Amino acid sequence: MSFLFRARKKISKFLKAFFSNRQSRIGIYGPPNAGKTTLANRIVRDWTGDALGPVSEIPHETRRARRKEGIVITGNNGGSITIDIVDTPGVTTKIDYKEFIEYGMEKDEAVKRAREATEGVAEAMHWLREDINGVIYMLDSTLDPFMQVNIMMVGIIESRKLPVIIVANKIDLPDAAPQRIKSAFPQHPVISISGLEGDNVEELYEKMVEYFG
Amino acid sequence: MMEKIRLILDDVMEGNIVVLEKGLAPEEQSKLIEITMREITPDGFAGIEMETYPAKEKPGFLDRLLGKSSPTRLTVIGPADQLKTIKKEKDFITAWVSSR
Repeated sequence: MSFLFRARKKISKFLKAFFSNRQSRIGIYGPPNAGKTTLANRIVRDWTGDALGPVSEIPHETRRARRKEGIVITGNNGGSITIDIVDTPGVTTKIDYKEFIEYGMEKDEAVKRAREATEGVAEAMHWLREDINGVIYMLDSTLDPFMQVNIMMVGIIESRKLPVIIVANKIDLPDAAPQRIKSAFPQHPVISISGLEGDNVEELYEKMVEYFG
Repeated sequence: MMEKIRLILDDVMEGNIVVLEKGLAPEEQSKLIEITMREITPDGFAGIEMETYPAKEKPGFLDRLLGKSSPTRLTVIGPADQLKTIKKEKDFITAWVSSR
């Protein structure tokens, strides 16, 4: 009996090690200021008690992808997933340091921020091709979802055959229109949330367990 | 693929607006963003503005079987400080263009 017990323990340890090496890396992508870091912080805080990075109303606060490994998210039905969350810089096709000066930054600081942002976006694009197993695509639901960068990014994600959940964020704001996002991307699940207030994030967690599990 | 991206970007960096009749594949778009980011300099090149029309028809069964994604119809790429899309409709792009 004890032999069987030991064998079972060994097998379960092996399987655990095997699967933990294969945990999914979920990238949070989206345009600048969509609320990616706010959501990443909320996920990390809700499930591990830590935080991931600072947030700011000035675009490109996140200029290096930040990663938190081994987050276990449990759904209502008891199912769970173990994931690494990667918070990425906002994807854009243009960055001009003068935009940051308008927020009151000194030129040197603005130029540095722009340079770091360009490096961060290039890196995020590279990782999307090499290192990511699933995507949460964040959109600000007060803005037009048909912006070229969104259409392009969702096309790129689809071409990589990665599972994607689209998040319509900032539903706490009065001019939020998450329905526009739903009609823009009918081929993907769209979850409306407020990352800041925490509204409806449970539904997102449920969908993540179902979709990335 | 890299040659194509380089050719487009060199043209755009010279101040030209490039119109591609067949558009770019998603993989090419991803590379284009990455390389554009590496070319941005303060008071120099600020990046690109881009508009694409997706294909009119969905890919057929055979295309999907062969793994072909739907081709885009038309792509317009220009320097971000000289080209700004004002409106995009079904078959119509309205853009603001400035010469240097």
